[in-house]
Amino acid sequence: MSSSRFVITVIGLDRVGIVAGISQVMAEHSVNIADIRQTIMNDLFTMIMLAEVKSEEFELAAFQEAMSDIGKKLGVQVIVQHEDVFRFMHRI
Amino acid sequence: MLIHPEEILETINMVTNEHLDIRTVTMGINLRGCSHPDIKVFNQQIYDRIMHCAEKLVRTTEDIQKLYGIPIINKRISVTPIAIVAEACQTKDLTSVAETLDRVAHEVGVDFIGGFSALVQKGMTPGDLKLIDSIPQALASTKKICSSVNVATTKAGINMDAVARMGHIIKHTAELTRDSQGLGCAKLVVFSNAPEDNPFMAGAFHGVGEPDCVINVGVSGPGVVNSAVRSLQDPSLGDISECIKKTAFKITRMGEMVGREVAHRLGAQFGVLDLSLAPTPAVGDSVAAILEAMGLESCGTHGTTAALAMLNDAVKKGGAMASSSVGGLSGAFIPVSEDQGMIRAVQRGSLSLDKLEAMTCVCSVGLDMIAVPGDTSPATISAIIADEMAIGMINKKTTAVRIITAPGTQVGDTVEFGGLLGSAPVMPVHNFSSETFIARGGRIPAPIQSLTN
Repeated sequence: MSSSRFVITVIGLDRVGIVAGISQVMAEHSVNIADIRQTIMNDLFTMIMLAEVKSEEFELAAFQEAMSDIGKKLGVQVIVQHEDVFRFMHRI
Repeated sequence: MLIHPEEILETINMVTNEHLDIRTVTMGINLRGCSHPDIKVFNQQIYDRIMHCAEKLVRTTEDIQKLYGIPIINKRISVTPIAIVAEACQTKDLTSVAETLDRVAHEVGVDFIGGFSALVQKGMTPGDLKLIDSIPQALASTKKICSSVNVATTKAGINMDAVARMGHIIKHTAELTRDSQGLGCAKLVVFSNAPEDNPFMAGAFHGVGEPDCVINVGVSGPGVVNSAVRSLQDPSLGDISECIKKTAFKITRMGEMVGREVAHRLGAQFGVLDLSLAPTPAVGDSVAAILEAMGLESCGTHGTTAALAMLNDAVKKGGAMASSSVGGLSGAFIPVSEDQGMIRAVQRGSLSLDKLEAMTCVCSVGLDMIAVPGDTSPATISAIIADEMAIGMINKKTTAVRIITAPGTQVGDTVEFGGLLGSAPVMPVHNFSSETFIARGGRIPAPIQSLTN
């Protein structure tokens, strides 16, 4: 593992408060947003964030659970993955 | 952002819709230090040794799965062939060794332990004979043990005494696991040129040339290749080959990343990445479906061997580019019971045992998860094995036979195993006898291909 950066992907129907809700949980876990993009793909709201972990006590499992919970509340799917998975798969 | 959103969504789509997964993380453990004449001491030593190495395997693998968001389906262990390490035991029956391995598998939480094995391509030692004769009872009295016997290599030829014996062992295993329709046979493989670092079951064992403790990873993804091929617009075969190569590349890269991280965290050596297209009973996650996507009406018809040869070759080329540690079996698997497309092809009458045998000439691994009628004679089973071993020996490749003679079944019946093992339609075998040929015994000498020095 080369860094502590995660890609957070949010997919679902667009509605008010998605960005607010997600970023609120991230702040609670001291996770910084390094980059953010959103687009509509195949009629679905798609938001991709590059997140940096700032806290020494960061626990991935707890963060993933919190993100999954907020996703359920907002009716969207939230996936948190280490950035290496995309780097390895698509880059040489 | 250096990573393109489309790449991120492609990866997520591969996992959520196309069944991309790491099929197995297999820890290879050397048991050579455990030998002891007293089987009780021996069993205790292998128990301690495996617990020591694999205690954290499952937890670590689950952590990695969370970290990368890529499912890791199976966690497994392979050990030094038991025939070697139990050679010194003064007990004839090695069932208690299998039971010890089964107990440790339950305790560390792995799905299977492979290595209740013997390598007898040139001849059988007393330890090999003890192990082979213990296989039926060992598979009947355990849940998580996988057994394999290597009876041929390109260098040594085919040990026809062992081939003849395995026909009886397979029948006996089926009888002892009659209640589960011969399930024991699904955990027993007969090999030619068995790889020493294969992470896939039922044929995994930890070869004698391997390090003390090693992590081998098996990646899969017929579903991903199937979708990629189907998304092409009127492609030439060259376009299809390119597409398969690129897809295999991506799958392999992901497997290597996972394997290295697991090995690093467990303090084990990273061994190989086995890039095999291993189908599952899930719809679309099928090697037959890929062949049909190439333009065949039904898998098994004329052209299937050519299509499979191209698929297998393209997968290897993509994999070889992506990782310098590609090993194990690495190729397309064609297990009938585990592949919806293969099952359908058999039911439609387009895929026969003979065509499957031809297909094994151009892919890994062999006649895999084939159900044949319950009254098939041991000599016929041995002859089926001998044919497959000859293909492996002459073509310098791994071939294997995993055949189920489900007691009481006839052609047209279906044998249900459930889970990843799926269900197998019972296929007809030739009715002419091979009895005299198999009874001759001895050895088929090493072929001219063995003289490479």
